[in-house]
Parts: sequence; structure tokens; C-alpha cells
Amino acid sequence: MAVTRGFVGKRRGHERRLPPGQYDVGGSWPVLTAEATPRIEPDQWSLRVDGLVERPTTWSWDDVHRLPSSTYFGDIHCVTTWSKFDVAFKGVSVDALLDAAGPRPDAAYVLAHSSTGYTTNLPIEDLVDGKAWVVWEYGGKPLPREHGGPVRLLVPHLYFWKSAKWVSRLELMTHDQPGFWEQNGYHDRGDPWLEQRYQGD
Amino acid sequence: MSIQDVRPVETAWTTGTIIEKELPTERTVRLRMHVDGRLPHQPGQHYLIRLRAPDDYTAQRSYSLASDDEDPLVELLVERLPDGEVSGFLADVAEVGDVLEMRGPIGRWFTWDTRTPALCLVGGTGVVPAVSMLRTARRLHRDELLRVVAVGRSPDVLPYRAELAKDGARIAYTRVDTDTRPAGAVTADELRPLLEGRELTYVCGSARFAAYAETLLLDCGVAPGAIRVERFGPSG
Repeated sequence: MAVTRGFVGKRRGHERRLPPGQYDVGGSWPVLTAEATPRIEPDQWSLRVDGLVERPTTWSWDDVHRLPSSTYFGDIHCVTTWSKFDVAFKGVSVDALLDAAGPRPDAAYVLAHSSTGYTTNLPIEDLVDGKAWVVWEYGGKPLPREHGGPVRLLVPHLYFWKSAKWVSRLELMTHDQPGFWEQNGYHDRGDPWLEQRYQGD
Repeated sequence: MSIQDVRPVETAWTTGTIIEKELPTERTVRLRMHVDGRLPHQPGQHYLIRLRAPDDYTAQRSYSLASDDEDPLVELLVERLPDGEVSGFLADVAEVGDVLEMRGPIGRWFTWDTRTPALCLVGGTGVVPAVSMLRTARRLHRDELLRVVAVGRSPDVLPYRAELAKDGARIAYTRVDTDTRPAGAVTADELRPLLEGRELTYVCGSARFAAYAETLLLDCGVAPGAIRVERFGPSG
């Protein structure tokens, strides 16, 4: 499309690090949610992996802390165009959860559920091989409530709406079933480097 | 109304021409635009604006619509953020006649179906989607279905103050006394009677305002599933 008259832009310098159309938000971390922020005490929280698995499994707060911990350090990208560099999350790799539950060969997609009723859909390939976590610490401190605490999903290579806050269940399925934002016009996969923001991208 | 009732629509980038521009308050710019190949919208939806530099660098942001679908133009009210790359351009550089890349309408969740009795609890520039809902309600003669509580620091910084007042919104200033209300945040006692018969509530504003408004609605006995939230800005 044509150049916008008079616009030169301010925020260059991270071209190789910023996916197209994104900007560096710096030190802040915007909060975007569609629902009231729930108050979930860790002792009430649990996570279930079920659907097409050999051993449907539920972890309590204590159970999940007994799994080998895993850390993500890197960047995150929100569909509303901010990116945040060098963030550190600690939790457990989704691989560890799936290894325990044993996905069946026909499990191709995952619907992540939150305790609020929020859902988001992902191909199982986007959750395995060290690409996804279930996390409870941010920057060495408990994950704040408004950012999904006590526990959220983290899939940093996709737009951040895929990283479901207040995650409570991973449901393995044969088919793709659009989640909350995906039914609301957002893209089914959400790869920031391909700028898959909305339906039709 | 559940999400399943709302059909997703594919949108594509198009262009819009600025027909009117004004700076109603020190920190806001109001744009009225003609959008090429415009699609119908629901009150509460937003549009994207994308700016393109000569080297093809782009910056895009999303802005809530203030206009009703029957309005021949699309109206946006943009808050000028400190060092805002897009909002600063729209406030200081953009002129009537300029053509911008636009895409919309976006969002199927924070929308009003024009039939459900609802209450909007909105703050600052978060009043914008409530203005769109009020304009649509007025056109359809369904004003009784929509109650709006608009919160601002003071009259001079509350966008659409006169229109909100004319359309029966309850206005609360946190820093300024008025004849009918002392300065201060909205209280549960103020809100409770307005919630009677409401099936859905919409909260829009800064992260700080939204956190306050959500808690207030929950304290008034509103079910979490009846609260829809749109918040913006840094988390502080």
C-alpha cells in the first residue's frame, strides 16, 4: 500500500528481533483480558491433561512442583502489536505433562481450557519439543493474577493469546476446534513471524 | 448471547480518508473517516489503523469505534499517549484528506447485540465503545436497554461528556465535586440500583480502572460470566 503522508516512524532498531507490525513495549507489560480476573488460590488450582491420552492425569499445585522445572528466557509477542524482550518464566515443560499422560497416536490438536471458561486451540506440534510451558513464576516472583497467576500456559513462539491465562486443562483431540479468540475472528495458528493475526491472514 | 451466536467475519486491509479531525481535549483526537468498502459493524467493535513509512516500516494500533453503524462515517477517538508512535502522529501530523490504511471491524466479544439489557461501567477514553452502544440504542429506540456509568477525573478530560450527559449516562468524577455528587470513585451503593434487570455488564478503561470496576461489579453480586472487559495501557 501507499506510504502514509508525513509518517517516518520512531521505533526502529530491532528489525531482526521484532516480527512484522510489532513494536518493543519496553519495561511495561500490558494486561489484556476479556473476562473478570479470577482469584484462584494455589491449593484450589489443578491441571488436567485428558482427551486422547492413555492416562488422563490431574496435577495439584504440589504435584506440578514435583516435576522437573524448566525456564523460558526470550521474547513474547501480543497480537495487539506489542512485543516484550528478554522475559523469564519458570514452570514445567508441556513435554513433561504429555509424557506422563501419553498422547494417543490420533491426538493431533489440543484445546487449552482456563478456569474462567476461556479456551484456545493449538496443533499438538506447537506444544511439544521444548516449545511450550505451564508456568507459575515471572522474573523470579509468583506470576501475578492479572497475568494469569497462579498458573498460565506459555507458548512464546505464537501470539500471546495462545498462552492461556489461568490454565486448568489440556484436552487432546483428533480435530481442530476454534477457541475463544479464534471464534472471535482471530487466526487459528497465530504465528507472529507470518503475521497470522486475524481470520483470512 | 454467547460467542457462538456471533459469526466471525473475515476482514481485509482497506483505506480510509480523514473527513473531520478535532482535538476535543488536550489528550485526545477525534477522527471521522470515510472507509472504502466498509463492512457493517456492531457497537463495541474496533478498527485497526496502520501507518507506513517510506522504507515500508509500519506501525499499527487498534481503536474502538464511537460511531453507530448507520453513520455514513466511522468515528474514532484516540488518546494521545506519551511518546505514542501512532497516537502522536494522528494528533499532530494527520490532516483532513489524508488516507490511512484501515482494517475492521474487529472483535466479536466486547459487542452489544442491541437486545440484551446491559450496563456499561467505563472510564476515561474507555467511554468510546459505550458511546457507540448509546448511539445505536438511540437509533433503535431501545435506550431503556442500556445504562452507562462513565467515570472521569474531571469534566475537562472526560471524552464525550456532553453527549453522555444528554443521553442519560450517569457521570462520576473522581476529583471534582458536582451539584449532585461529591468527588470520588463509584461506590457499590451507587451502582447496585443501576444493575437491576441487567443481564450483561461491559467494563472498558485502563488496567487500573478495569481492575477496580471488575471488583466493584463482583461485590455488587454480578456473576463473573456476565462481565465483559476491554482494558488498555500498561499494567503499571
